[in-house]
Amino acid sequence: MTAAATTSHLIDVRAEFPLLARRFDDKPLVYLDSANTSQKPESVLVAMDEFARTTYAPINRSAYRLAAEATDVYEGARASVARFVNARDANEIVFTKNATESLNLVARAWGEDNLHEGDVVVLTHMEHHANIVPWHQLAAARGIELRWVPLTDDGELDLSGLDALLDGAKVFSFTALSNVLGTITPVRHLVDAAHTAGALAVVDACQHVPHGPTDVQGWDADFVAFSSHKMCGPSGIGALWGRAELLDATPPFLGGGNMISDVRLDGFTPAPVPAKFEAGTPPIIEAAGFAAAVDFLEGIGMDNVRRHEMTLTDYALTTLDERFGDRIRIHGPRNIEHRAGVLSFEFDDLHPHDVSQILDADNVCVRAGHHCAKPLMRLLGVTATARASLYLYNDIADVDALGDALERAGDYFAL
Amino acid sequence: MPGLDDLYREIILDHYRSPRNRGELPTPPARLAVGHNPLCGDEVTVYVDVENGTVADVKVSGQGCSISQSSASMMTQAVKGRSIDEVQSMVARFKSMLSIGEPPPPRSTSSNGDRDGGAATTSASSPGGEAGDVSGDGSELGDLEALRGVVKFPVRIKCATLAWNTLVEAIDAPIPT
Repeated sequence: MTAAATTSHLIDVRAEFPLLARRFDDKPLVYLDSANTSQKPESVLVAMDEFARTTYAPINRSAYRLAAEATDVYEGARASVARFVNARDANEIVFTKNATESLNLVARAWGEDNLHEGDVVVLTHMEHHANIVPWHQLAAARGIELRWVPLTDDGELDLSGLDALLDGAKVFSFTALSNVLGTITPVRHLVDAAHTAGALAVVDACQHVPHGPTDVQGWDADFVAFSSHKMCGPSGIGALWGRAELLDATPPFLGGGNMISDVRLDGFTPAPVPAKFEAGTPPIIEAAGFAAAVDFLEGIGMDNVRRHEMTLTDYALTTLDERFGDRIRIHGPRNIEHRAGVLSFEFDDLHPHDVSQILDADNVCVRAGHHCAKPLMRLLGVTATARASLYLYNDIADVDALGDALERAGDYFAL
Repeated sequence: MPGLDDLYREIILDHYRSPRNRGELPTPPARLAVGHNPLCGDEVTVYVDVENGTVADVKVSGQGCSISQSSASMMTQAVKGRSIDEVQSMVARFKSMLSIGEPPPPRSTSSNGDRDGGAATTSASSPGGEAGDVSGDGSELGDLEALRGVVKFPVRIKCATLAWNTLVEAIDAPIPT
């Protein structure tokens, strides 16, 4: 693919991200670590700043007008996020600290109430630790059995034995988009398979929601976890979408203020959903920022974000292959329809730490490490990879800068 | 930012490309410990054969970046043939160079050897040189000084110390049966 053919699908929003104007050594920053966390547009920064300056107050518990305004902003953020993922009702969105807490909420609150010794939870071999460790904790406490969906050689889920794995399972919890391989999984198909087996379908959509249209009703899932900081919003706030009847039936996770209707000497009565799951003072300013991030992304259109990233990813796969051939091994599917702009790679047998260090000398920011997916690393036969990840503010020049920096890394360590 | 050449000194690249004392030792008589760098998932195994209070042989296996591998390689050369006291003193000096841990005691003192729990024990008399002259070539740490630049790259300090911490664990480990 030529650059000329690609550019018609590219969007240009870099200028709206103040941090991306930062320079090191008087050279521009090349931020390729958005699968880790994303940068924030001006509108999100302004929204949080203005809210803090004019409207900040406790929510849900005071009669004065300022507090009512703050509560409106917080609940308005819930409605924005619900709309963004096509939830039926705003109260199906629970604000959490991040996607990790959302998944812990499912495993601990729903899981501890519903899973018993010998019950089966099915996960996949490409999960983030956030969708593994809470189930390990539950397995240790409850004696549940974990089963793992294997992968194909090109980094997609191997679904040939799925029905057997799901046989008798109570939960199927899986990623919608691998944070290492970039693989986009067939969520609706997996949800249907889970439901056919009588299992709950839990989707880790932390990497999916920021990068393309997400429709929780279309997925027909039971729980969906995601977080604000990967989608241009602030860190410190995430979300769990759950079916209303499931959330109603799930006991509270954390106990404290805000999550109760009544507390007596002999016990307590939890508040209705979603307050039931939001113990203590929540991230209020962050909720204002989360809503602004949703507005920002809706303004661009998630179809456009996805098309931009497909174009850039295709360009990256093609040009890195052309430039480096066998010197680079990029993990994950080659089919652009099945992958996002997450490029984990091995280069010249160099250790990822060394690659990222050399790249940093050219201001190219990539992650080096196990990406919180050690079982997947073992499957790939590596201890770590370098990972460049693309987002809506990246452009052709960023991909070219990555290639140029890799060239220099190869030269630097050349024998 | 500090230049890459501050980090990747030529001697480091040399040890990375041609690591010394790679491999395994039979256990027993050697002891071993496995060290992990949780940041990157790197794993090294250090085998150490201690005879009469002296490191008779040492080998390292596992994977890692140029900093962890070269540090491990230089470490094996530096500690082979040294007494455990000398090795512990060297570990303290090395970590001190990287601005972590307690600074080592002054060279001339010889009274700290039995300090309770002190990692920074010093040897009163090392063969063939004054106390603290652990590299034996007149400088404090010899080739290991090349790793001094790592201190300017704080994320990489754990890479440089991985093999050293694992060596200390291996020395303290029980001899496998």
